[in-house]
Amino acid sequence: MEGGTGKVEEKKKQAEMTGKQSIRFDEAVHLLCAASIAGKKEGEGPLGDRFDQVFEDPFFGKATWEEAESAIQRAALEKVLEKTGMQEKEIRFLFGGDLLGQLIATSFGVKELGIPLFGLYGACSTCGEALCLAAMTVAGGFADHVAVVTSSHFGGAEKQFRFPLEYGNQRPLSATWTVTGAGAFLLGKRGGKVRIPEVTPGKIVDYGVKDSLNMGACMAPAAADTIEQNLKDLKRKPEDYDRIITGDLGYVGKRLLLELLEEKGIRIKEQHMDCGIEIFDQEKQDTHSGGSGCGCSAVTLAALILPKLVSGEWKRVLFVPTGALLSTVSYNEGQSVPGIAHAVVLEHNETGLQQ
Amino acid sequence: MEYIHAFWVGGLICALVQILLDRTKLMPGRVMVLLVCSGAVLGFLGIYEPLKAFAGAGAGVPLLGFGNTLYQGIRKAVDEEGFLGLFTGGFTASAAGISAALIFSYLASLVFQPKMKE
Amino acid sequence: MDRNEQRKQQYRDYVEQVTPKHNLLKNMAGAFLTGGTICLLGQVILNFCKAQGLDPDVAGSWCSLLLVLGSVILTGFNLYPKIARFGGAGTLVPITGFANSVAAPAIEYQKEGQIFGIGCKIFTIAGPVILYGIITSWGLGLIYWAFGFLRG
Repeated sequence: MEGGTGKVEEKKKQAEMTGKQSIRFDEAVHLLCAASIAGKKEGEGPLGDRFDQVFEDPFFGKATWEEAESAIQRAALEKVLEKTGMQEKEIRFLFGGDLLGQLIATSFGVKELGIPLFGLYGACSTCGEALCLAAMTVAGGFADHVAVVTSSHFGGAEKQFRFPLEYGNQRPLSATWTVTGAGAFLLGKRGGKVRIPEVTPGKIVDYGVKDSLNMGACMAPAAADTIEQNLKDLKRKPEDYDRIITGDLGYVGKRLLLELLEEKGIRIKEQHMDCGIEIFDQEKQDTHSGGSGCGCSAVTLAALILPKLVSGEWKRVLFVPTGALLSTVSYNEGQSVPGIAHAVVLEHNETGLQQ
Repeated sequence: MEYIHAFWVGGLICALVQILLDRTKLMPGRVMVLLVCSGAVLGFLGIYEPLKAFAGAGAGVPLLGFGNTLYQGIRKAVDEEGFLGLFTGGFTASAAGISAALIFSYLASLVFQPKMKE
Repeated sequence: MDRNEQRKQQYRDYVEQVTPKHNLLKNMAGAFLTGGTICLLGQVILNFCKAQGLDPDVAGSWCSLLLVLGSVILTGFNLYPKIARFGGAGTLVPITGFANSVAAPAIEYQKEGQIFGIGCKIFTIAGPVILYGIITSWGLGLIYWAFGFLRG
């Protein structure tokens, strides 16, 4: 059936499949603004004075950890709107996620905002997953402005994945500390000092590690895979990035990542940073291997990474949030902990104009 | 002397279990189950009562002692009531500990709110 | 085993090697001191009860009762986890550890209601302990009973 129109005009190309799994946008998507809200412990950490808001009450004025997390998500979104002077109705789509079962922190947090929602689960990599999809949506011309929000809460995560908080136990040194906080981001076609020219969504990599209290080891192979693929697809070398920043591998995962890549002849020791390591002071805060959670990479991106890209101190960064895809059921049934990592390229954009 | 024996025997049991916690992937819940079951077996083998006579609370307070109490309760009830004792002795002997834990914990849930770990 | 699987096994072995572990001797010392102290406290209660003329079984019950009470209160004030961070097995192994494992979910899950919150979750850790304790001692009791029965 020709439909009577004859030759259909070919739609303008907006992005290019690059290499095996990367995408290069014809017009880079702009990251317009970011907001971060974090808990007391995070506020006492090295990034403490960089967050937009630090709250003392872990319940954030609510009755439960879950409600608190929802409220933090909403507050982060409202903060980012306030910063740009935009209204909810100007946001076409929202990409959100958290760690709780069935994404209740997101659902209940954003339900009153009235923004069409894509609820995403990528464990602690959700921030990367959401940024990839949000950028693709803008680049594809399906929206002019989209928002991304991800969060985690130590209380809710601990209760769901491990023990009630009042239970006394010693955490192994490989364990990470779930970050309490939320980060929100606004993406659009133009007007940002930071832009997203390329993304590399990652695949699941499972080396069969079963220790849920050593998530860095579970996720390091996935991070290595995504970083390697990004470099290969975009024909880049590690030096082409000012920083390569993983989500929450922690000290144990960082070491493993560097060695996994070194085996393949990729040295990123100079460039590598990890949000989980940056967010807490290991010595003073007794957080063992570092921070983790959807909130960890999100608040670190908003509070630490983006400002340095805006100022031009860093020109190009590879942001790689990492996730451990387990549930209490899969754990109890003896399954391994598969990892995933999504890479987002972030560049300094002097003029704020489209190039 | 009683106090010293209670201290070092109880302490030693805990220190040995620490090896289990640190060098295996056993979660605390499993370790507790293991201790109670082992205590019942040690009681059955006639080892635990002499230890208790020697160390007092040092053997009675650890969960091994809880397992031993369960077994001794059943044994006593079997002696007195025969077969039915198998079904009454365990809970009878451990009633104070279990009831106290449940009742005080329930009351605590009415009084205390969840708190953040520091 | 194919090469891929070998590679993964290698990685897992390597992970074991490089994952830092707690200093065992230090942790054992913490467990020894903490556990020893709790047992010593138990002995004080036992001796006090015996001095009041109670028989050993009743004294034992009082001892459990008071230690459990103490542990639940410490749990309520969120102090038990702090002691546990130092004491490790020293706080897990005594009956106070059992009490903590009952009180912690009771407090944590109160928001999910009386029945499915507190009622169910209170047994999260205590349930298995009671179940397998009872099953094991029942099985052993059965052997004891059978021997007695055969002997007449």
